[in-house]
Amino acid sequence: MAEKNAETQDHLQAEKTYLNLGPSHPAMHGTLRLFCELDGETIVKAEPEFGYLHRGFEKHCENSTYTQCIPYTDRLNYISAMMNNVGFCKAVEELLDIEIPEQAKVIRVIVCEINRIIDHLVCTSTNILDMGALTNFWYYFNVREKFYNIIEKLCGARLTTAYTRIGGITKPLYLGFEEEVKDCIRDLLKAIDDVEGLISHNRIFLKRTVGIGKISAEDAISYGFTGPCLRACGVNLDLRKDQPYYDYDQYDWEVVLAENGDTYDRVIVRFYEMRESAKIILQAMKRIDRQASVMTSDRRVALPPKKEVYTNIESLMNHFKLIYEGIRPPVGEVYSATEAANGELGFFIVSDGTGTPYRVKCRPPCFPIYQAYAPMCEGGLIGDAVAILGGLNIIAGELDR
Amino acid sequence: MDLNKLKDKFANSVELFEDQSQAVAKIPVEKIHEVLAFVKSDDHFKMNLLMDIVAVDYLTQDPRFELVYILYSIKHKHRLRVKVRVKDGQSVSTVSDLYKSANWAEREVFDMFGIKFNKHPDLKRILMFEGFEGYPLRKDYATNKRQKIPVMKEIP
Repeated sequence: MAEKNAETQDHLQAEKTYLNLGPSHPAMHGTLRLFCELDGETIVKAEPEFGYLHRGFEKHCENSTYTQCIPYTDRLNYISAMMNNVGFCKAVEELLDIEIPEQAKVIRVIVCEINRIIDHLVCTSTNILDMGALTNFWYYFNVREKFYNIIEKLCGARLTTAYTRIGGITKPLYLGFEEEVKDCIRDLLKAIDDVEGLISHNRIFLKRTVGIGKISAEDAISYGFTGPCLRACGVNLDLRKDQPYYDYDQYDWEVVLAENGDTYDRVIVRFYEMRESAKIILQAMKRIDRQASVMTSDRRVALPPKKEVYTNIESLMNHFKLIYEGIRPPVGEVYSATEAANGELGFFIVSDGTGTPYRVKCRPPCFPIYQAYAPMCEGGLIGDAVAILGGLNIIAGELDR
Repeated sequence: MDLNKLKDKFANSVELFEDQSQAVAKIPVEKIHEVLAFVKSDDHFKMNLLMDIVAVDYLTQDPRFELVYILYSIKHKHRLRVKVRVKDGQSVSTVSDLYKSANWAEREVFDMFGIKFNKHPDLKRILMFEGFEGYPLRKDYATNKRQKIPVMKEIP
């Protein structure tokens, strides 16, 4: 009997199946490929492959002036483009050791938080969508659309913003900005409540997320997690509090923490972070002063006013040199980090004193996070792999650079 | 952060300075594993996050490359950059046993600059495709150089 059983077992023992998840599949968020070895529907081994979107950001920067690099940074995390603009400009400003005007800081905080909200909206709604919940997607994307209309009015583009300049902001806020943002935030808070009501007791959602893709705090730190994914493990790390920049410490808001580090926590942490961001925006908008300048007067980086350019030879030369040779920081190097939507976005810039950076290294937040993806998937089902990926919020644009 | 503790431990092999209000330590390349193990476990430093490893190609200098290890401490909220100089063709000992994030960071350095890491578990290209020739972020790699993408082999 036992022999017969073994024979049946042998017969039933299916061969290992190999499956390509991606690179072009809506559930793989961009161009990520996961090569899986399957036993039934369980992933035994997974091998991630990426780089399909590699376009040589760092090499391009070495052949452009600092100002010309700003549009390249839009394409890093295209979901929250302005945060990359701010991150890069902050790094160059630290290299030059210049202080930007108060008003520029306030506007940067507002646009950063708007972008953080958009990023979280996209991440959570697509994550829930991957699990089959389409309604939430529309609730969130309606709000996202309204926020994008504001961004379009601010800088003329939706995704490729290039809104900041080294030393400040391209142009000040338009009239009626505050009312529109307040209106959007009202919609946003309602949408978060609605979606939370739909999913937080939804059995399908809970079964697919609670305990799935769990990672311990020690592992997460060792893998180099930052941002919401690390805070979902219960580690209190938020650069806005820990190494405050742009007066983030003067606003009243809380760092959102969860404890389990699974997919459910990563989604819920983002929900609460959006509420905190909304709080910051409302406080920052009280500081808006339309009379104040949004660009530094430092002539090493700021273009002189047009009137002076046409009437004054020094200003004309200044303008010509800034455009033709670019901004010339002193010899040195800097590592500057900001808390982007997905974690720590760092820029390491080496300057050799000329108008083009000698080396620019971008530290994208999702590069280390993606490293943990394959180990998290192993042992789970294919469906889990899709649910985990959405929660990690991997953006191929900044992963591949 | 009192950087002198690092100096006490490793004597004269460490060169310290502050750069843009961030601490920087220059050390000989052989000591990298030892120093990172120390700053990771020592209570005074507790550098538990390895943010990134950056390579810089100083084409005309000798040693040619510089590796910058960017560290952060969650407990003390401070940063440290550890720098080593690497000769062309010289290999560096891996720190992926200390920090898991070093695994891919080192693969990226290898991919872009061709710096090899001893005892790395899986040192292969990460962003560029298999069969790519040369190392694109080296200063002597022409920006406009094009390469043919090889025909993909059978999936194993």
